[in-house]
Amino acid sequence: MAERKPIAGITKERTEQLIEETLSAMPEKAQKKRAPHLGANEPSVSSCAVKSNKKVVPGVMSQRGCAYAGAKGVVWGPIRDVVHVSHGPVGCGVYSWGTRRNLMQGIPGVTCFPLDFTSDFQEKDIVYGGDKKLEKLLREADELFPLCKGLSVLSECPVGLIGDDINAVTKKMEKELGKLVIPCNCEGFRGVSQSLGHHISNDSIRDFVIGKREFLDAPGPYDIALIGDYNIGGDVWAAKPILEEMGLNVKSIWTGDGEIEKIASTYQVKLNVIHCYRSMNYMCKVMEEKWGIPWIEYNFFGPTKIAESIRAIAARFDDTIKEKGEQVIAKYSAMAQAVIDEYKPRLEGKTAMLFVGGLRPRHTVGAYEDLGIQITGTGYEFAHQDDYDRTAPEMAKGTLIYDDVSEFELEKFVEEFKPDLVGSGIKEKYVFQKAGIPFRQMHSWDYSGPYHGYEGFKIFARDIDMAINSPTWDLVKSPF
Amino acid sequence: MSEVAVRPLTEHSPEEIERVKNWINTEEYKEKNFAREALVINPAHACQPLGAQMVAHGFEGSLPFVHGSQGCASYFRSTFSRHFREPAAATADAMTEDGAVFGGQNNLHEGLENAYTLYKPKLMPIYTTCMPEVIGDDLTAFIRNAKNKGVIPEDLPTPYANTPSFNGTHIHGYDSMLNAILQYLTEGQKVEGKCTGKLNLIPGFDGNTGNLREYKKYLEAMDIPYTMMADITDVFDSVCDGEYRMYPGGTKLEDAADSINGKATISLMKYSTLNTMKWIGTEYSGVKETLPLPMGIKKTDAFLMKLSELFGKPIPQSLKDERGRAVDAMTDAHQYIHGKKFAVAGDPDYLLGIVSFLLEMGAIPYHILCSRSNKKFAKEMQALLDTSPLYGSQGSVYVNKDLWHMRSLCMTDPVDAIIGDTHCKWVARDAKIPHFRIGFPVMDRVNIHRTPVIGYQGAINFLTVIANKFLDIKDETCEDQWFEMMR
Repeated sequence: MAERKPIAGITKERTEQLIEETLSAMPEKAQKKRAPHLGANEPSVSSCAVKSNKKVVPGVMSQRGCAYAGAKGVVWGPIRDVVHVSHGPVGCGVYSWGTRRNLMQGIPGVTCFPLDFTSDFQEKDIVYGGDKKLEKLLREADELFPLCKGLSVLSECPVGLIGDDINAVTKKMEKELGKLVIPCNCEGFRGVSQSLGHHISNDSIRDFVIGKREFLDAPGPYDIALIGDYNIGGDVWAAKPILEEMGLNVKSIWTGDGEIEKIASTYQVKLNVIHCYRSMNYMCKVMEEKWGIPWIEYNFFGPTKIAESIRAIAARFDDTIKEKGEQVIAKYSAMAQAVIDEYKPRLEGKTAMLFVGGLRPRHTVGAYEDLGIQITGTGYEFAHQDDYDRTAPEMAKGTLIYDDVSEFELEKFVEEFKPDLVGSGIKEKYVFQKAGIPFRQMHSWDYSGPYHGYEGFKIFARDIDMAINSPTWDLVKSPF
Repeated sequence: MSEVAVRPLTEHSPEEIERVKNWINTEEYKEKNFAREALVINPAHACQPLGAQMVAHGFEGSLPFVHGSQGCASYFRSTFSRHFREPAAATADAMTEDGAVFGGQNNLHEGLENAYTLYKPKLMPIYTTCMPEVIGDDLTAFIRNAKNKGVIPEDLPTPYANTPSFNGTHIHGYDSMLNAILQYLTEGQKVEGKCTGKLNLIPGFDGNTGNLREYKKYLEAMDIPYTMMADITDVFDSVCDGEYRMYPGGTKLEDAADSINGKATISLMKYSTLNTMKWIGTEYSGVKETLPLPMGIKKTDAFLMKLSELFGKPIPQSLKDERGRAVDAMTDAHQYIHGKKFAVAGDPDYLLGIVSFLLEMGAIPYHILCSRSNKKFAKEMQALLDTSPLYGSQGSVYVNKDLWHMRSLCMTDPVDAIIGDTHCKWVARDAKIPHFRIGFPVMDRVNIHRTPVIGYQGAINFLTVIANKFLDIKDETCEDQWFEMMR
């Protein structure tokens, strides 16, 4: 991949100076801790210098969530036919109820469960333990929702602290209920971010789900699983058709609009294609080791990356698929070009800064570039070294890379770089909008979407244009 | 891998799905649903620290500080930002496994130092998540040690509240944090014989900045000097002028400190200020009153008359006129709401306010549900229903029941509409009834938090939304021959 052209005004020196100035406002210990997490991009290196996956520095106002958020909110919640129990006090389940936009098909309360199930721990549950309550609760849930294909138990902080044994309970209940009952020890205090929650969830799929079911129809040569798409704003529904048009047979989706038994049968597919590498690479590796299933990363943001991805995926199959892949690219190129023709003239030369979760800070760069927007800074809430290694070549030299950025740092960086758009999360959105800076939520697509696939690119382009060129920004400064 | 044999995928026939789809709407299902003892589904309440943070945001230069898990702080902040569409700056000391083993003192000290250095707050209210509550962190000692060590200045106010999420709801967190802040700021401030002449007004846990602005309007109209406690106006409806301000509003700290010498203290939400008012009752000068949330005409009248009585000020013509206009609007529109049955869900104080308003309109508060409260509240609600034999007698009060119970109620015993926060939308959709959004959180409509529902103007606002929605439905669903120019 050719190195990106430098961005006007962005130099390694300026970026490093900005980092230094920003750090200088912190207590010494915090400076020491934060310094390794900030850097000027060096596209050519094999290992990105920015450090990651370390503890949050107390008090600096991190944007991170917790292991429970990663497990319930990200991995488990989108599985549509499972009753997901937030096991512990009332809050976590409420805050993560419907707030991620992982859309699902089905009849709510009958065949899909976009509800908040919780044990609503009280003082007595803390004192006497919640295992008996959990057992009873699972029975009640199964009786009220007989068509659920499984039940998951997602531990909140107290459960691990009081020494409950949810694994024993779920094991017993799986036997009794005759359906999948999965424990997930994702207490929020575990690990440093959402990331450990993803890993723990992957492990519970490994230990309690996969291999327990098999598909009804015979395996075929083009069977794949779509891994790491959570159907935010309908992303899966824009991505899956592209894979199907290529002639591939998408047998299961992990986990957006997903079905638990199809996930359990995924060991039967020929290839795993993975979008969100950060949250699901663990299981791809497990399936590779245990069942010999190869996996490939792909990127369905923007026509450039979509075409690259289609070709890379097709290359794993025979000429039939390769040919169909080319046909798909050809079929949609006019549509994609029309989108670019409409919006690029209005967006060319604009800059944006991103701060998202574990994938989009690098995965969406191409989509912005397709519209003529350059990314001057990017970073992740909960990425690891391998994510940053994949990020460096996607960014121009000297651009700003920040890990687990604090509110203080991000404000300073945006103030200095003056991007035309910031793409980040709900907690950051209004901070920048108050300052008159256009913003799009890049976790939830700001209540829009899909952004994946060709259909998504059309919507993405419209939304970015809408944000940057809204006449409302002209009203921010009053004439008097 | 467990010893369970591999099974083929389970398939449900369309007939089976259809059967269950219908079954969950039945009386039989409702009985099973109401027999639940362990499982809670779609609760209409959140946890204590969220309420604590609401209070903490309401003071000048205040940086809310979460002692506990990092994820909780992000959940609270996100929830406020989604509801108000505003920034909600709060920080956390991000305790992890080692904190669980050794306690959270190191995290707290480091967190306080960093937060104070970076964000320069005037006040740092500290409240807890369930993690340090389970392990039993001693905040009193931790904070004292932090100041002794010079981590933060001795004179930085650091009130703290224990807000375990396995107890009560967000309104109890509101209560504890408000109590803690006032205790802290007023310490040593009481002067015998001094009277500031001011009213201390406590709005309670209210996600509606428009309501708070309305209270201020009344007090200014009556020329009553006041201190609004935990004032989230300006904080959660701040201006967009090209500059982000981290601390855009809040109760002035010296006003809060001097509030102990006030002329009168009024809480407008009994259930979210129980302990605070108990403490104020013993410590504060002046008159202490808890009044019901002034929704509807009668409760607004009571509020204004109380103000008039306490401060010896007449209720001005402007407010009399406003009352007259509200009554005019209610008489004009009564026919569109009279006799309609409503399901209502929310916090205790809000529920009492909404039900009062509905009774005044001749509407029927039918299913009244609070997902965590107690017999006292149920009794009070029943007493309110009993004041209106004609319209209140059909109402049933459900305490410690959730929105999945509410769904069963609305499917088996239908109503015309549901009133409650955004979470009620699922019931509304299944029951095919309109949903009037009120309370907290409202994450799917704009400016509900700016539109007052208390007071005379609030009554006009609320009835306008309700009546016009019913008329919209009529216009959208009637056959051509019944489609009319006038309604």
